[in-house]
Amino acid sequence: MKRIALLGMPNTGKSTLFNRLTGGAARVGNWPGITVELLSGKILLGSDIVEIIDLPGIYDLHGFSDDEQVVRHFLHDNVPDLALVILNATQIERQMSLLLQLKQLNMNIVVLLNMADEAKKYGITIDSRKMTEMLGMPIFLISGKYGSGYPETLQAITKALRYPTPGMAEQLRSQLEQDEHIESEMTRVLRHAVQIPAQLPENLTDKLDRVMLHPWLGLPIFFGIMYLLFQGIFFVGQPLQVWVGEALNWLRASALDPAFAGLPAWFSGLLLDGVYNGVATVATFVPIIILFFLFMAMVEDSGYLSRAAFLMDALMAKMGLDGRGFVMLLMGFGCNVPALMGTRVMRSRSLRLLTMLVIPFSLCSARLQVFVFITAALFSAKAAPVVLFSLYLFSFTAAILTALLFRKNFRNNEPFVLELPPYRFPTARQMMLRGWLEVNHFLRRATQFIVAGVVLVWLLTNLPPSAAPASADTLAGMIGGFLDPVFAPLGINEQLTIALIFGFVAKEIVIGSLAVIYGMTGDALGGALGQHLDWVQAYSFMLFTLIYTPCLSAIATLRSESKDLRYTLLTISWSLGLAWIVSFIFYQGARALGY
Amino acid sequence: MPSLTLNHLHPGDTATIVSVHTEEALHQRLLALGFRSGKQIELIRKASFSGPLQVRIGTTDVLLRRSEAAKIKVCRP
Repeated sequence: MKRIALLGMPNTGKSTLFNRLTGGAARVGNWPGITVELLSGKILLGSDIVEIIDLPGIYDLHGFSDDEQVVRHFLHDNVPDLALVILNATQIERQMSLLLQLKQLNMNIVVLLNMADEAKKYGITIDSRKMTEMLGMPIFLISGKYGSGYPETLQAITKALRYPTPGMAEQLRSQLEQDEHIESEMTRVLRHAVQIPAQLPENLTDKLDRVMLHPWLGLPIFFGIMYLLFQGIFFVGQPLQVWVGEALNWLRASALDPAFAGLPAWFSGLLLDGVYNGVATVATFVPIIILFFLFMAMVEDSGYLSRAAFLMDALMAKMGLDGRGFVMLLMGFGCNVPALMGTRVMRSRSLRLLTMLVIPFSLCSARLQVFVFITAALFSAKAAPVVLFSLYLFSFTAAILTALLFRKNFRNNEPFVLELPPYRFPTARQMMLRGWLEVNHFLRRATQFIVAGVVLVWLLTNLPPSAAPASADTLAGMIGGFLDPVFAPLGINEQLTIALIFGFVAKEIVIGSLAVIYGMTGDALGGALGQHLDWVQAYSFMLFTLIYTPCLSAIATLRSESKDLRYTLLTISWSLGLAWIVSFIFYQGARALGY
Repeated sequence: MPSLTLNHLHPGDTATIVSVHTEEALHQRLLALGFRSGKQIELIRKASFSGPLQVRIGTTDVLLRRSEAAKIKVCRP
């Protein structure tokens, strides 16, 4: 099978193009370095199946960061039949250096000048025919976002693939003396084929940045935006959640209960009270999750993340981190796993490890589900959003505290240099794709962990058969009783302890297992929690849930990214210890104050 | 022509890059971002609390810390 590699500098739209070509679902965003993994897809070109590989962006072929090494190794081990080089047309004057480096490798190349729509707005004109002539490679102007220029590109790719690969020269780490040659060739091509206005017209980005990056208003605006986003999710998402919950209850009462009536009691109990109750409770969060990721996609695509890095770098530097680390914390709000992998753009290992140590404290969307459920059950509609926001503040505080404490063990002097892309508006298509991607991800986790988890919880709370369900005589009761001395000082009862144990695997299971333990779903479960717990206990439970290890996938990622078992054990034990201490201080403090 | 380092420019100032004095890896990254001698560079803004600088070279905007900017020599026309 012939192989095509997508190559280019970070944030030039390789993944957007990949998605368009293959119908794939690579994660895209207006942030240099959002792709850190290799992704491949197959398409039919002419009469052949061709494999297309999306690679992380690279600034040059001699780069030293982990993601640049991924690309270099890939090219070394799998010489592609065709390199599809994607350059940002608005920045062609500097991105051409990478193209010329690649050209020296004597690869089969087709060049796409992406973001032709933006270049036009800047008043940049590019004579692609002239450029094709001068460089001896087919060059096309396209817009990956809007899809213009595609048919010609596909034709050219098909044609280029017919010729055998000339074979890559051995000097992959090509010598620096060639840079001079590259420079003169760059100037020659640019002078003849590209026109850039001497003074860029003041555009929307400049105007927006004057407010968003204002020396004094910038930070308050940032926190204001975050607060409004979360309020918005809560405001729109909660009614949707109630509707889904009611629909699922109705389905059980009207269809499933009668249908399973003939089965043995223990079996229908396992299926309905175990699997259905558990999964249905988790499923009510689907609307909030979709909504949350649509908002995340908007923020990521807009280019605001780089602005956040600009605003926060000075503060992050005091903690031994940098602005990119802050962006990773924000990405961690969605899911910690891609945020952990996103640290690959950092070159210094110490900085990477310190950043990966704080990312797990980022309040991810799975933990958000637990908190949405519990705050709705135990706090008034007015107080709930404030409580939720306070947990985000705790999330930052835990991250800051951790960084300050461990800063000395992970000293680094990594330079902070980052591109600032213009603001871009995501298209409806991109947003839909992202929403679909997240639902998919959620369903995959649901089938992997949640079903197995709730079945196990049901068994633990119903075995041995002689014991009354969920009583102290069941296996769950015994485990809870055994751990009681550890969790009682935190106000966390035996039922919640069982939920926490399963939450170690994935936080989505927490609410599902509570549903199984209490044998109820939705509002009824909320009511039961409200009777068994007061707000101090509930908040202490939420603090513990927030701070202890996010999930098994995150641990596996920490292990594979750090390649260090001791470091992984450190992150687990530190987060468990911190969770216990914080919950203890909060619970005992609140009780001492008479709450 | 008075020669100074990038961190001494004020927002709105334009200058020409004279030379870049950093370690190898950063030098390459800066080259790829367009920091070549002879290029025009404009300081757009400085973040508060001694935070990073935003500079513009051609059509590319770049953020960098003041400590890195101190390693880049420029001259004002």
